[in-house]
Amino acid sequence: MEDKPILHVSQVGINFGGLKAVDGFNLKLYPGELIGLIGPNGAGKTTVFNLLTGVYTPTEGEIMLNGERINGLAPFKVTRKGISRTFQNVRLFNEQSVLDNVKVAYHSLARHSIISSIFRLRNHFIGEQEMEAKAIDLLKIFQLDKVKDEKAKNLPYGGQRRLEIARALAAGPELLLLDEPAAGMNPQETNDLMELISFIREQFNLTILLIEHDMKLVMGICERISVLDHGLLIAEGTPDEVRNHPKVIEAYLGEEVISNHA
Amino acid sequence: MLKKVNTFWLAIILAFVFYGVIQLLISTAIINPFYSNTLIFICINIILAVSLHLVIGITGQFSIGHAGFLALGAYISAIMTMELGMPFSLALVAGGIVAALAGLVVGIPSLRLRGDYLAIATLGFAEIIRIIFLNIDYVGGAAGMQVTHATTWTTSFLCLLLTIVVIVNFTNSRHGRACISIRENEIAADAMGINTTYYKVTAFVIGSFFAGIAGGLYAHNFYIIQPVNFGFLKSFDILIFVVLGGLGSLSGAVISAILLTVVSTFLQELPETRMIIYSLVLVMVMLYRPQGLMGTREITDYFGKWKWKRIKGGNQYGG
Repeated sequence: MEDKPILHVSQVGINFGGLKAVDGFNLKLYPGELIGLIGPNGAGKTTVFNLLTGVYTPTEGEIMLNGERINGLAPFKVTRKGISRTFQNVRLFNEQSVLDNVKVAYHSLARHSIISSIFRLRNHFIGEQEMEAKAIDLLKIFQLDKVKDEKAKNLPYGGQRRLEIARALAAGPELLLLDEPAAGMNPQETNDLMELISFIREQFNLTILLIEHDMKLVMGICERISVLDHGLLIAEGTPDEVRNHPKVIEAYLGEEVISNHA
Repeated sequence: MLKKVNTFWLAIILAFVFYGVIQLLISTAIINPFYSNTLIFICINIILAVSLHLVIGITGQFSIGHAGFLALGAYISAIMTMELGMPFSLALVAGGIVAALAGLVVGIPSLRLRGDYLAIATLGFAEIIRIIFLNIDYVGGAAGMQVTHATTWTTSFLCLLLTIVVIVNFTNSRHGRACISIRENEIAADAMGINTTYYKVTAFVIGSFFAGIAGGLYAHNFYIIQPVNFGFLKSFDILIFVVLGGLGSLSGAVISAILLTVVSTFLQELPETRMIIYSLVLVMVMLYRPQGLMGTREITDYFGKWKWKRIKGGNQYGG
């Protein structure tokens, strides 16, 4: 780990009124890593994602992406700098086709202007054809190319989850944030998802930060894990270290259990 | 792609054939002035409906001040022809540009608002425009402004064709898809790198531009324009075209604009019951087609129905 970190979060916190949702959060992500972020319900995991992607502006601390300060940037600017995400409750463009969902994410990589589209100039056709070809290639990886003309809302749940990841990849990220990608999936689907995540990580040279409740998935593929509770970072380390960390056991199972075991 | 280009030109050619037939019927007086005037009025209403469709149906921004832009286009173009002696075509363009600029000025602050708040802001803007014209003596105040009759079937048809081509081409491009994604889920659109404010304002400006053009046609079709013609009831008339046709469907907006214009034109013979019957038509349609006449479909979807079915039939989800 001699590289420079791709993402460096230091002492980040946010208050909602009097409530400190996240406080003094630190995280270093090195290129190519796959890190898990876990914690009980309401620990502030999704808030961390919203801070990283610009949905919320941190009230304290600093978020550096490749050495550049990104806190306070609008979400679409953060995405263009290379952070892309999925959502805890799927947020697809329901009435648009599967293909169009992915094309929307390619939007900021295309260059043809409004004028060239309105007057159907050459640039429009070249740009649109490029987008279409790229989108179909991506859908093939996710085995969604056969349903590319279907409306996104008509996909089965697992398909919608995969489409959301495909769409996040289309935005061209270096760092991918996955918010509970296995939520609501059965064990078979979860296994497929683990393989898929490992595959896209190699294929697209990604660094991945993952929020997940499914411990099997987190312990199975993450190299390091950070644990949040009540907005505070309580533990950090390899899956084994985290699993046996007293504070983690306390956060998940309660104090009583510890004293009984001790 | 080649096939798409061909269908595009086919549609243009068909449109001009339709134009030629009507023009022939008008010049041989088979269609009398009453009906040709109705046709012009239909064109104007379609332009208004389609331009508002871009804002509400495509981008999902609930704006109900469209009559304000109509008024701006009408008064600016009337001033150009009557006071400054400019040709009609130039006046039309000027009306459109001024309306577009107003759209930009109004859109940048108000499109930060959502839902009800945006509706109230745009409605307020339309009333401000109307009251400004009501209090300027240069344009006749409440008595209105006299305008020569210059709108013909040819000019209104060309403006209509331009509106539809521009808005269809805009919608079927990466820019239109960005607008639809804002309608579908603004947070996700933002997270996918779409500059949502930019596209909301752009759609609003394009919509305002064509409303301004429609205003120019409107002003030069009626001999007189008065501020009272551009009240909030006019905004609601345009809104009804879009909602009745089906939010998100351009052909729906066109069809309902034609239908309602014809209905209200023929009901002029029954002045006592006119508004009752008109309202009944609206209530009936909303009861039996709450999603609007066309839903979110386009007319072209029905042409390709066999193809759609085949895709449906061979539907397989991988993995």
